[in-house]
Amino acid sequence: MSEITTDQVAHLANLARIALTPEEIDKLTGELSVIIDSIAKVSQVATADVPATSHPIPLTNVFRPDVIGDTLSQEEALSGAPEHDGSRFKVSAILGEEQ
Amino acid sequence: MTDARSSRGPRHAAETTPDSRGATDRDLTGTADYGHQTGTVDLTRLSAASLSELLHAREISSVEVTRAHLDRIAAVDGDVHAFLHVSRDAIDTAEGVDVLRRSGDQLGPLAGIPIAIKDVLCTLDMPSTAGSRILEGWIPPYDATVVRKLREAFLIPLGKTNMDEFAMGSSTEHSAFGPTHNPWDLDRIPGGSGGGSAAAVAAFESPLALGSDTGGSIRQPAAVTGSVGVKPTYGGVSRYGAIALASSLDQVGPVARTVIDAALLHDVIGGHDPRDSTSLRDAWPSFAAAARAGQLKRNLNGVKVGVVKELDAPGFQAGVHQRFHETLDLLASNGAEIIEVSAPNFEYAVAAYYLILPAEASSNLAKFDSVRFGLRVNPVGGGTVEDVMSATREAGFGDEVKRRVILGTYALSAGYYDAYYGSAQKVRTLIQRDFAAAFEQVDILVSPAAPTTAFKIGEKVNDPLAMYLNDVTTIPANLAGIPGMGLPMGLAPEDGLPTGLQIMAPARADARLYEHGAAIEALLEDSWGRTLISQAPELKVSK
Repeated sequence: MSEITTDQVAHLANLARIALTPEEIDKLTGELSVIIDSIAKVSQVATADVPATSHPIPLTNVFRPDVIGDTLSQEEALSGAPEHDGSRFKVSAILGEEQ
Repeated sequence: MTDARSSRGPRHAAETTPDSRGATDRDLTGTADYGHQTGTVDLTRLSAASLSELLHAREISSVEVTRAHLDRIAAVDGDVHAFLHVSRDAIDTAEGVDVLRRSGDQLGPLAGIPIAIKDVLCTLDMPSTAGSRILEGWIPPYDATVVRKLREAFLIPLGKTNMDEFAMGSSTEHSAFGPTHNPWDLDRIPGGSGGGSAAAVAAFESPLALGSDTGGSIRQPAAVTGSVGVKPTYGGVSRYGAIALASSLDQVGPVARTVIDAALLHDVIGGHDPRDSTSLRDAWPSFAAAARAGQLKRNLNGVKVGVVKELDAPGFQAGVHQRFHETLDLLASNGAEIIEVSAPNFEYAVAAYYLILPAEASSNLAKFDSVRFGLRVNPVGGGTVEDVMSATREAGFGDEVKRRVILGTYALSAGYYDAYYGSAQKVRTLIQRDFAAAFEQVDILVSPAAPTTAFKIGEKVNDPLAMYLNDVTTIPANLAGIPGMGLPMGLAPEDGLPTGLQIMAPARADARLYEHGAAIEALLEDSWGRTLISQAPELKVSK
């Protein structure tokens, strides 16, 4: 079994910005251990001489002319926002009190 | 439970309305009544190609066709739940197309024909949720390129179809809005993630649908619903406006009941899009012409058909295995040369996929941060913007999405990156090499499109690993970027449910899939004496 712990899952949840409940963390720790055990076998054949593929059909130098095309209006860009002030997205405090 | 839920198995052809394509359609031309309620002809049973002929001959109107499908949705979708949203504008849009046609405009082959759209695709006039609570009610400020192309070709969008949340799943059970039911047996899954699109087509709610395929989400639902689905070559169809799951794997593609219909739709949605930097600039041939040529030819003379040893596994359901080998025999007796090929690294494909996909998904889903669109949940007592994000993502994401985002975050984290994500990318190279070696020997590769027929709703939902193995036959094509097609291969003797054949071709050789796919479809239907979908049990119609 891989050595994934509840502390590790709690840390990952924080990195991923998901406020998991303690019950979810417990459940995920067990599930992830099983999943990771089964997928870790990729390292068996991934030897140093094999190059990595990040993209199935690589394209290079994908450019377009540097002209302004159709863009969203400010109103359209804000149309799906949970909260806005008519010209900007509105969020709560970026920094906590201790910062 | 309705009768339809328990009744399965073949029906006599005489009981069914006309087959969705073929000679029967021509018999209709010239008869007096195309009314969907009163006449002998049910417009929802016709293929898009047949509807196209009747529309062009002005024997029927787009309004009639659209109304027939909306009526069908109203009658059966309470049980099937293929749709998350049904358009209120469909009849108006159809009227507009009828006016254009009457005024003598030359319209494309699919003008006036209804289509269902997977909810992963952005639509200006309909909510686009990707099956997630976090996007509930969101109406995008732009159309996906493929949706724009549908509108420009005058197809009639009927609505948005259900899917596993953010396309993560093989059963549509991970939709935040409840599962879709397989029209062949309402207690069973319709496949996933595009179960809604496949079920809509199989239940005659729409002749055509759009899907997206990251690891089999078009081909596996096709297999278990007796329909046809194609994952094009990576870059062959624009991904602009398709809510991204794993950007190096995702492809949008056609869902239909016949190979020719899928080809007609692919011709509409394919081609270069400057808004997608991974879009290929190739000049593509007419896929419909390729499919028609194959259907006419009805043989595979001189075609080298490769059977991937590793995808003909003993663990597959007996009926799937049986139908697959019967199909190989049929192809061999109609001119194909069957050649066994080995792809030794396919054994590592599922493992590589479940590292690459979560890694890319964890990155793509970072945009759901409660700021620009979608849900916002404020934690009790308030908090910083990060607290709001965390509370929103906790409330807005389902279990499978959380599982994969955490897994992806793990695979990309310092100290594990080389062992997991880096190794998975190397496996991807090895799988591409396996395909390249195979395609030096053969023209197309075939395998079952799914290892089993449709399983029961709830059967695998608590076993993530078992769920992941549903895509064992379809994942290699996504990792390599090559095109694949799923099409009906007969009913499994043990449960009377559809099995699917997968055909794969080299990158950019999508036309080969359509040509040989249509020939294989024709040979199989000749052997059955009718289409597979015409053997589906009737759904109970609620008034």
